[in-house]
Amino acid sequence: MADVVAVPPGMVTAAWLVARKDLAIEFRTRTAFFSAIVFALMGITIFYFAWDATAVAAIDLAPGVLWVIFTFSGLLGLQRSFAVEQADRSMDALLSAPIDREAIYLGKALANVLFVTGVQVVALPAVALFYNVPLGGIVVPLAGLALLAAIGIVAVGTLFSAMAVNTRLAELLLPMLSLPFFLPIVMAAAQTTARLLAGRPVAEAWPWLRILLAFDLVFLVACTLAFPYTVEE
Amino acid sequence: MMRDPAAPADFPAPAPPRRDLLLPLGFLAVAAVYVRAIAFTPVEAQQGPAQKILYVHATSAFVGLYLAFALMAVTSLLYLFLKDEKLDRVAESAAEVGLAFTTVVLITGPLWGRPVWGAWWTWDARLTATLFLWFLILGYVLLRGAVEERGMRARYSAVLALLAALLVPFIHLSVYLFRTMHPMPIVLKPSAPSMSKEMLVTFASSFVAFTLLFAGLLRARYRLATLRDQVIDREGER
Repeated sequence: MADVVAVPPGMVTAAWLVARKDLAIEFRTRTAFFSAIVFALMGITIFYFAWDATAVAAIDLAPGVLWVIFTFSGLLGLQRSFAVEQADRSMDALLSAPIDREAIYLGKALANVLFVTGVQVVALPAVALFYNVPLGGIVVPLAGLALLAAIGIVAVGTLFSAMAVNTRLAELLLPMLSLPFFLPIVMAAAQTTARLLAGRPVAEAWPWLRILLAFDLVFLVACTLAFPYTVEE
Repeated sequence: MMRDPAAPADFPAPAPPRRDLLLPLGFLAVAAVYVRAIAFTPVEAQQGPAQKILYVHATSAFVGLYLAFALMAVTSLLYLFLKDEKLDRVAESAAEVGLAFTTVVLITGPLWGRPVWGAWWTWDARLTATLFLWFLILGYVLLRGAVEERGMRARYSAVLALLAALLVPFIHLSVYLFRTMHPMPIVLKPSAPSMSKEMLVTFASSFVAFTLLFAGLLRARYRLATLRDQVIDREGER
């Protein structure tokens, strides 16, 4: 076996390679991740003072604060997803690699999901601490919910990030395009969290979870199929 | 900027603009409907003159939210397959004209809601969905303005229009679920009393009039887009 034949990686391998590359960049620079965490922490604390604490119980605010901050700090990471490819036109190198365009999208999305859930790992305990929310019994369903919400946000956000970097408005355009798409996600996540915090069974939030699941499925497929159109030469 | 008026044989004079009767016809029809609505249609018993806003509100919603949005989505989908610039220009025109009609809906709605519901705005499912559709179309128009290259602009906006069309059912479902779980104390939709015959005729003719106006505006906006692209092409050749 002396001859080494270069075989282009399959879809999953290629996606993983792209994700690993992005995560390596993020791990070595740590700029976006730390700024997203600091943003989330500051957002959570500032939100507390935006309401009269004697009129609205902190536990009633917590679900809304959690998911609004989650969404906004997610945008910080998504912004960077394709902005890092602009330096030295490294996007061209990615596009000329012998891999499917869909694999680039899926790899970027995978890295973004890890980024967004990583921020959530810090934000969730912070909300529990600052808002006096007993998370003990609901950590597992809440983590699952966070993952579902992250997939939806990232599916749409990654695609729009690829588009926004090539426009004149650049970073201003991403929130304008993404936020209407985040409405069903934030509503479903906040409503489910509120029911979990009130000690209601998960089944009561099932109509919301169904919307969230369907959203993830529809937009993951649609955005994967649409991505090649946004990078066409 | 100076151009020798005698020289440019390479730049043929544009054809004289054709008279387009559709747009003035549309405006005339809307005006006629309003004369009928105000002078020759009975005043609604419970809501009084405020109900007259129905003839612009509901019809604008029909044109902006259904006709224009559907046209934008369908032409965008076709564009991705056929790559025909005409389809992109139709989508562009439908979005802008649709934005205008949806803005009319959002302005006339609160004007009607204030006297009848007692509030300028409520987070009723329909109101929320309309507002978010307006945000989506606004985002689409902003995106178009932010991309320089024509092919890229067409592809980007087609992708956005398609995703927006996919989002509509989700917005509809979630705002509906939100509302039904939190019932509001006021009557959200005036129960539709069976309309008098005069009202029904006025209502039906306002649909025709607004559709005509939509077609007229769409064609005018489409012509503008075509001319703009021609100018850019010619400037590229020089």
